[in-house]
Amino acid sequence: MARFRTWVGIAVAGALSLSLAGCSSTGGKRAEDARKAAAAQGKAAVNTPRWTFAMITHSGDGDTFWDIVQSGAEQAAVKDNINFLYSHDDEAQQQAQLVDAAVDKKVDGIIVTLAKPDAMKAAVARARKAGIPVITVNSGSAESKEFGALTHIGQDETIAGEAVGEQLNERKRKKAVCVLHEQGNVGHEQRCDGVEKTFDGTVQRLYVNGTSMPDVQSAIEAKLQTDKSIDAVVTLGAPYADTAVKARQGANSDAEIDTFDLNAKVAAGLKDGTLGFAVDQQPYLQGYQAVDLLWLYKYNADVLGGGRPVLTGPQIITKDQADALADFTKRGTR
Amino acid sequence: MSATTDAKPSAERDERILRTSPLRKLLGRPELGSVVGALAVFVFFALAADSFLRASSLSTVLYAASTIGIMAVPVALLMIGGEFDLSAGVMVTTSALVSSMFSYQMTANVWVGVGVSLLVTLAIGAFNGFMLTRTRLPSFIITLGTFLMLTGMNLGFTKLIDGTVSTKTIADMEGFPSAREVFASTFTVGGVAIKITIVWWLALVAVASWILLRTRAGNWIFAVGGNKDAARAVGVPVNKTKIGLYMGVAFGAWVAGQHLLFSYDVVQSGEGVGNELTYIIAAVIGGCLITGGYGSAIGSAVGALLFGMTSKGIVFAEWNPDWFKFFLGAMLLLATLLNAWVRKRAEATK
Repeated sequence: MARFRTWVGIAVAGALSLSLAGCSSTGGKRAEDARKAAAAQGKAAVNTPRWTFAMITHSGDGDTFWDIVQSGAEQAAVKDNINFLYSHDDEAQQQAQLVDAAVDKKVDGIIVTLAKPDAMKAAVARARKAGIPVITVNSGSAESKEFGALTHIGQDETIAGEAVGEQLNERKRKKAVCVLHEQGNVGHEQRCDGVEKTFDGTVQRLYVNGTSMPDVQSAIEAKLQTDKSIDAVVTLGAPYADTAVKARQGANSDAEIDTFDLNAKVAAGLKDGTLGFAVDQQPYLQGYQAVDLLWLYKYNADVLGGGRPVLTGPQIITKDQADALADFTKRGTR
Repeated sequence: MSATTDAKPSAERDERILRTSPLRKLLGRPELGSVVGALAVFVFFALAADSFLRASSLSTVLYAASTIGIMAVPVALLMIGGEFDLSAGVMVTTSALVSSMFSYQMTANVWVGVGVSLLVTLAIGAFNGFMLTRTRLPSFIITLGTFLMLTGMNLGFTKLIDGTVSTKTIADMEGFPSAREVFASTFTVGGVAIKITIVWWLALVAVASWILLRTRAGNWIFAVGGNKDAARAVGVPVNKTKIGLYMGVAFGAWVAGQHLLFSYDVVQSGEGVGNELTYIIAAVIGGCLITGGYGSAIGSAVGALLFGMTSKGIVFAEWNPDWFKFFLGAMLLLATLLNAWVRKRAEATK
């Protein structure tokens, strides 16, 4: 035991001395702090009662997209003097139970996603019966009204896919691969369906294991090696676009890489031309608007959309816009 | 049963020092079944997919195999030692996250983060081994606990420190280019691009084989996996061996994690879940018994290769991807059955 402690001591001492000795003069936290110095901190802009809103999504653990939605909702909550509660579960049944829990807690408003609408129907109905206003975001534009939600804020996945198809036509592409990183995700299929609908060339689907980046890379690489005539790769999530770029290098292909969603790396890739375009559904806006609209409803009985979904996308982002968005992606709001 | 007369055990001679023919010896090797399976899959895809046999395609397959294989080697050793590790998949992500976030937050040279990550990852491995030997709970429970804790910590710490669920880029920091050379570079041999992970993989297989077959520690590993109490009775340091094996897995996770970090330079904190099963499957196909005491490092490499060939072969062959998982499962099952059958035959003719 004594020897064990000695070893731990040596390890800690070694780590500390190493970190003191080897500093990087470029990048890192210090560079970020310098960037952040000018950023403003939000505070409540209204003095309405402190209502509690709950947001329950179908996000899995550690999803970059939902992280941005959440940060939008949180910043709107600060501004609107809202006590904001966030929870998520990618199993529909668990998500419905979380909604039930929020109803039991008698929150003042609920924001919910309808990725698997049937499973959520009863929970949303229960909320409405308890007199809690509900806003649906992201997925479920078709069911939102039927379920009794005030409004829906999000992107229609098929329309977003169609926008990608049109963009590919404009760029004179002939053969595209749609890379799905979650087998069985309805939204992902709809996106690829949309691409297929408007794209004049052929679309092939490639399913990859989204939890393992090396697997994603080698699968795309294999696909590009098999068929040299592929001239476009469309990834369905921002983190996969960069991996597709690596795969393109490995396969010696000159296919264009395009992607759904945005992050700092995608913005940088668009800027230096390694990526063609990105189609953004503005996740920050989905979170921010949902909280803000619930507040407006409580405060002023305002409803937006006139019974139709409020669309936050698709917004096509190319090299021209990427520059302006780069800083926003770095702080995690785009 | 035996065909040759000199192989028949006699009353005076110990059956352990029995001489066997080279063919018998070959049939008794743990990896034989998987080699036959791998050859079958190779021939199958060579016929089914035109592009499979191209040098560049084979290098893609090898890359896919190497990222699994780097972990399958220490996992196989651990399984020979009679335990397994469910935390191996997320530990890879943990190791990448630690290097990235330490370097970034301290604005330190990237190599400092790499070093700290090695210490942290080895500590997690030691924790697994220490908990196992101290509490005598099954490794399933211990490593399941570690798996869940690491999954939560990966997300929790990343969110706490970085504010988002993925790390910030460290590509512009000092030490990054040289670290990338070591963990994620590509070099060309005869016009074919070879990823450095393949070198790491082969080196690990070589070292692990040497440990298993030529050192005292190797005998200990087989002994603790075969019969722990008997091993302890003859003076094998059972606890030390098991802790060492878990630290071996941690070392593999460190190498795989650094590769992840330096090839993509941003790490998603939710990654790695489910990969632990891939490593175990590769080791099992490669001839490791789930009950311990039997297996080889080379076998795990063949298992990883089989996994790489199957998952990428389906893409090369352009089959309907809806059936991908089914096909993968069927392949694995077949390979393992073939493996078990060959081993049974080999043992029956001993």
